[in-house]
Amino acid sequence: METILEINQLHKKYGSLTAVDHISFKIKKGHVYGILGPNGSGKSTTLGMVLNVVNPTSGDYRWFEGSTSNHDALKRIGAIIERPNFYPSMSAIQNLELVCKIKNIAPYKIEEKLALVDLLSRKHSAFKTYSLGMKQRLAIASALLNDPEILILDEPTNGLDPQGIRQIRDIIQKIAANGTTILLASHLLDEVEKVCTDVVVLRLGKMLYSGPVNEMNRNHGSIVIDAVDREALHHFLKTKAYAGSITVHDDGLEVTLYEDVDLTQINKEAFENGIILCKLFHKKQSLEDQFIELTNQN
Amino acid sequence: MKRLLDIEFHKFRYSKSSKTLTIIYLAIVVLLMLSGMIRIKLNGFNGSFSDLGIFNFPLIWHVSTYFTSFLKIFIAIVIVSLTANEYSNRTLKQNLIDGLSKKELILSKFYLALTLAILTTLIVFLASLILGLIYSDFNEASIIFSQMGYLGAFFLAHLVFFCFCLFAGILVKRSAFALGFVAVWWIFEAVLNLIARGVDQLYETHIYDWLLHILPLNAMSNLIKEPVTKIDLISSTIKQIDIQGLDFTYDMEWIDILSVSIWSALFIYWSYALLKRRDL
Repeated sequence: METILEINQLHKKYGSLTAVDHISFKIKKGHVYGILGPNGSGKSTTLGMVLNVVNPTSGDYRWFEGSTSNHDALKRIGAIIERPNFYPSMSAIQNLELVCKIKNIAPYKIEEKLALVDLLSRKHSAFKTYSLGMKQRLAIASALLNDPEILILDEPTNGLDPQGIRQIRDIIQKIAANGTTILLASHLLDEVEKVCTDVVVLRLGKMLYSGPVNEMNRNHGSIVIDAVDREALHHFLKTKAYAGSITVHDDGLEVTLYEDVDLTQINKEAFENGIILCKLFHKKQSLEDQFIELTNQN
Repeated sequence: MKRLLDIEFHKFRYSKSSKTLTIIYLAIVVLLMLSGMIRIKLNGFNGSFSDLGIFNFPLIWHVSTYFTSFLKIFIAIVIVSLTANEYSNRTLKQNLIDGLSKKELILSKFYLALTLAILTTLIVFLASLILGLIYSDFNEASIIFSQMGYLGAFFLAHLVFFCFCLFAGILVKRSAFALGFVAVWWIFEAVLNLIARGVDQLYETHIYDWLLHILPLNAMSNLIKEPVTKIDLISSTIKQIDIQGLDFTYDMEWIDILSVSIWSALFIYWSYALLKRRDL
C-alpha cells in the first residue's frame, strides 16, 4: 500500500523543553488517522514540522515516498492548523483564489467546495465578518480545493458551538467516505472514535501507541452482569478464571475480562449454579477509557 | 516569477491600506506637478516655480527625483504592513502550509518591492517628462534625455528602502513596531553621523565621510544630492556672495550605488535567513 507520509525519529526541542520526542510512524493511503493526546502533548508541533512551518531539531520525514520536494508535496495535501488563517479584508472567493494561485491550480473548484461547506450564500462577504464556525468551514473548503491526497486537520472543532461541531463532523465523515486519507489531531475522543481507523497516541511529546484503534489496548473489555441474588453471583464469579476485578455498580456488576468469553456459556453455568441472571452484556472499552488507561500507565 | 508576482499582487490589490496609500502617493505626485503651474502674485512679485528654471531639462530629472524621494515613505508603509500583517494574521504560516516555500515567499515580496520601485520611477519619469515638455526652455531630444542617471539612482534608493522595510516587517512582525523600527534606525544613523562629525573635528579623522557611504539610509539619501544650489537663481546668488570653501558636487558616486546594492541584497538575504530559522 502506498505510504503518504513517513516520519522518522522526529524530535523538537524549544530551549530545554522537549515538545516532541523521537516520534516515528507511517501514514498509509486510504486510512483515517487520529492523533490523540492531551493539550501540550506535541500534536500541533508534530504537524507543524511535517507541514514545513516548524524546524525539527533532529529526525526527518518524507512525503509521498520522497518523490517530490517538501513544498511541492504540500501542494498535494490540504491542511488546517489550530485556527483558520485568511486575509481579513478579502472575501471568501478572493481568499480561495489566492490559495489556488499558491497551489498552482485552476480556480474552477471554488464554487463546488464552498457549496460543500455551505458558504455559497456568503461567498462575497469579507472574511472578518464571518463567525468562527464559518471561518472553520472556509478553512476546510480551502484545504479541499486541490482534492488533496491527504487532509490534515488540527482540532477542527475547537471553540465551536454544538451545531458547528456537528457540521464539521458531518463534513469530515463525508470526506472520509470518499476515500480521502485523513489525519485528525484532537483531544475530543468521541470525534476520533467516530471516524478514525488508526490512532497515534502522544503524551508529553512521547509516542505511546501507534496502530489500529481496536488494538490499542490488549484487553478483552468487560461484562456487565446482574442477578437478584448479587452475593451469590459475586461468589460465583470469583471462582472463574476469566474474571478480573469486579466492581459493583447500581445497575450491576462490572467484570473486567482476562480472556474472551462466551456469554451463553456464562449464562448456562450461572443457571446451573442456581443463579438467575437478569442482565448480561459485553461492554467494549470506549476509546476514552483506553486512552486514559494508556496515558496513565506511563 | 510571474506566479509569485501574481500571488503578491493579489494580496496587494485586496488590501485597503495599500490601496489608500498608493492613491495618496499618486495624488501627491500629481499635486506637485500642478504646483509648477501656480503663479504667485505677492507684493508685485509675480512668478511661478517654472520661472526658476527647475523644469528645464535636464535639471528637472535631478529636481523631481530629489523632491519626490520623501514620498517613498507612503509606499514603504504599504510594504511594511503587507509583510507584518502576514505575521499577525498568521497567513504567512498558511501560505507555507498551502505549498509556498520560504524562499518563494521572500522572493514574491522582493518582486513586489522591485515592481513598486520600477513603477514609482516610471511615474516620476512620466510626470517629469510631461512637466518638462510643458515648461522646459530646451526641447531637443539630446538634452531631454541627458543626465537620466538620476532616475536610476531614484530607483536604487527606492529599492533599498523597500528592501529595508521588508526586512523590518519580517524582523519585527508587527506593522506599527516595524515602522517604529525603521524610524528608530533612521534616528540611530543620524545620531551616529553627529558623533562621527564630532570625532572627526576633534581628531581630524574621516569617519563621517565613510559612514555617509556605508550606512544604508545614509547611502540611500546620498545617492541623489540636493539640487537646490544648482538652480540658477540660487547658484548665481551664491556666486555673488562668493563664500569660500563652499564646494557643491552633484554627481552620483559609484560607492553609493555599490553600497545600496549590497544593502538591498543583504536585507533580502537576512529576511530569508530569519524566516528559515523561525518556527511559525
